[in-house]
Amino acid sequence: MTGVIIFSYSTPPPQKIIGEASRIFYFHIPQAWICVIAFTMSMIYSIRYLKTRNIVFDDRAYEAARLGFLFCILATITGSIFAKITWGSFWNWDPRETSIFILLLIYGAYFALRGAIEVEEKRAALASVYAIFAFITVPFLIFVLPRIVPSLHPADSVVDSNLKFTMGATVRMIFFTSLAVFTAIFFWIFNLARRLHHINRLMLESED
Amino acid sequence: MTSPKTNAGLISKSFAVFAKDIRLELRSRYALNAILMFGITTLAVVSFSLGQSNLPPHLMAALFWVVMFFSAVAGLAQVFIREEETGTILALKLAAAAEPVYLGKLLFNFFLLTVMVTVITPLFFIFTDAQVVGIAAFSAVLILGVIGLCSATTLVAAIIAKASVKGALFAVLSFPILVPLLLTLVQATQKLFDNGAFDAVMTEMQFLLAYAVVMTTGSILLFKYVWQE
Amino acid sequence: MYKLIVKNLSKRFGYRKVFSDINFELSIGESIAIIGPNGSGKSTLILTLLGQYRPSKGKVLYLNNNQQELSEENFRSSCALVSPYLQLYSQLTAEENLQFFATLRGLTITGKRIDELLNRVGLEGRGHDLVGEYSSGMTQRLKYALALMSNPDILFLDEPTSNLDDDGKQVVFDIVKEFRTNSIVIIATNERDEYDLAQNQCRLN
Repeated sequence: MTGVIIFSYSTPPPQKIIGEASRIFYFHIPQAWICVIAFTMSMIYSIRYLKTRNIVFDDRAYEAARLGFLFCILATITGSIFAKITWGSFWNWDPRETSIFILLLIYGAYFALRGAIEVEEKRAALASVYAIFAFITVPFLIFVLPRIVPSLHPADSVVDSNLKFTMGATVRMIFFTSLAVFTAIFFWIFNLARRLHHINRLMLESED
Repeated sequence: MTSPKTNAGLISKSFAVFAKDIRLELRSRYALNAILMFGITTLAVVSFSLGQSNLPPHLMAALFWVVMFFSAVAGLAQVFIREEETGTILALKLAAAAEPVYLGKLLFNFFLLTVMVTVITPLFFIFTDAQVVGIAAFSAVLILGVIGLCSATTLVAAIIAKASVKGALFAVLSFPILVPLLLTLVQATQKLFDNGAFDAVMTEMQFLLAYAVVMTTGSILLFKYVWQE
Repeated sequence: MYKLIVKNLSKRFGYRKVFSDINFELSIGESIAIIGPNGSGKSTLILTLLGQYRPSKGKVLYLNNNQQELSEENFRSSCALVSPYLQLYSQLTAEENLQFFATLRGLTITGKRIDELLNRVGLEGRGHDLVGEYSSGMTQRLKYALALMSNPDILFLDEPTSNLDDDGKQVVFDIVKEFRTNSIVIIATNERDEYDLAQNQCRLN
C-alpha cells in the first residue's frame, strides 16, 4: 500500500502552470476528503451509540474522530504550504480554510470534552451528543461562509479548474489512485484501532 | 394522583422550572451579576482602548458581538452547573422528564440574555459612536441573536455540567457551534450600523430564524440522552 | 398490583466491580433491607433500581397489574426516594420546594395538604423558612414530607434515619410501618434496629 504512494509520488512530472508545488494536490485533496469521511463516520457511530448504548460504537466514533483529526491537521499543513507558495501567505481565511479551521475546533472541543469525563458510559453519551450537535451546524457553515468571507482567494476554482483543464491521463490516474490509497489506509488504520479496542474489551470482560 | 399527559402539563411543568430558576436567581443574582459585570468590564476595556477613533461598521459590529458572546458565556452555563453542584439534580430527575426541564432552562437562559442585551446594548452606543438608523430591524436582529445563542448553548451547558472541569469547557464547546450564528449576526449588524434597514438584512434574519429553529429542535431531541446520564 | 423484579443485576464502574448477581422480587406489601458495610454499593444499588445508573448486566423490571412494564412516566410518578444524595433547593422555603416538585409531578397541592405533610414530619410552622437555614435533621424530615407528597407505590430509603433525633426516628418508623403494608419499601441501612423494619434482607459485601 505504501508502495503505491511512493510510486505515485515519484513518477508524475510537474506539468502545471503552478509547477512543482502542484504535486501537493495528490495528498492535500485526499486528506481533506478523509477529514469529511471521518467526521461523518464519527457522527453516524455516535447516533448508533445513543440508539443501542453499545460501547463498541463509541470506540469507533472516537477512533474515527482521532484519525479524522490527524488527517485534518495534515490537510491543513499541506494546504497552507501551498497557500504560501501560490497566494503568498500561509493563512488567508478563505471559505475552505475557515471551514477546516472550525472543523479542527470541533474536533478539539470533542477531545477536550472526552478528557473531562471519567465514567465511560457518561463520556460516551455526552461526547456522542456533542458530535451530533456539532454536525448539525455544518450545513449552516456551508451556507454562511461563501457569503461572508470575500472570495479574494480563488481557492477551489484554481484547484478545480486546474485539475479539470490540465488533468492529463497520468495525472488523473495518479490522483485517483492516491485518493483510493488514502481511503484504504484510513479504513485499514481504523480497522486496526477498532480491533484493538475490541481485544481490550474482551480482556476486561474475561477478568470477571 | 395520576398526572395528566397533556401539552398543558408540559407547559406548566416547563414554566415551573423556569419560575423556580428565576426565584433562585433573584435571591442570589449569581448568573446575572456574572453576565453583567463581564459585559460591562469588556465593554469598558474596548471603549477605553478605542478612545476617540472612529471604527468602520464591520469592526464595530464584530466588537459588539464579541462583548455579547463573552458576557453570555460567563453566565449561561450556570443553569445546569448549579443543579449539579448543589445536588438538586437527582430530585429534579426523579420528578420530571427531560423536555420540561430543557424548555424551562431554555426559557431561563433566554431571560438572562434578554436582560443582558437590554443593559449592554444602550451602554455600547454610549461608549462608542456606533449609530443605527433601522432601530426596529436592529431590535429584531438582537432578539433573533439572543434566541439563537440560547438554543445552541443550553444543551452545551447541560453537557458540561456533567464534566469534571467545567469552567473553560463551556466556551470551548460553544464556540465552534456558534460560529455560523456569530458570523451572520456580525454581518447583519454591520449592515445596520451602515444605515441599513429591514430590507438590507432580510436574508440574515431568515438565516438566524432557521438556525434557532434547527438548533432548538436538535437540542430537544438530544437533551434526553444528556439528561439520562 | 405492582411488582419489582431484579434479575442477575451487576454494576461496575470501569474496572471496579460494585455489586454483582443481585436477585429478588417484591410485590406490593413486601419490603426489603439492603445491608452491608460502607462502600459495599448500597446507594449505587438503590440508584440503579431507580434507573439513575444503567446496569452493567442483568435487569430491573417494574410490572403493573397487567404484568406489563411501567412506562417511564408512570414509574416516575409511583416512586419516591429519601437519600443523602437527594438535595432540596436551599434558597427556596420548604413550602416552595414542595410546591415546585408537586407541579413537576403534575400534582395540584393545596396549602392545607402542605401543612398536613409538614405536621406529619414534625415541621409545623417552619414551612416559610428557607431550607438553607434548616438543620440537617430538619432537612431529612422535609425529604420525608416530599416523599409522602406523591403517595408512592415504591418507597426507597437510603440511610433512613441519618441526622434524626429519637423523635424523628419514631416518625420514620411509623411511616415505614404504614407504607410497607400497601407499597413496596426498600431500605438501605447499617443500623441494626432498622433491619427488622423489612421482611426480607439482601446482603452486599
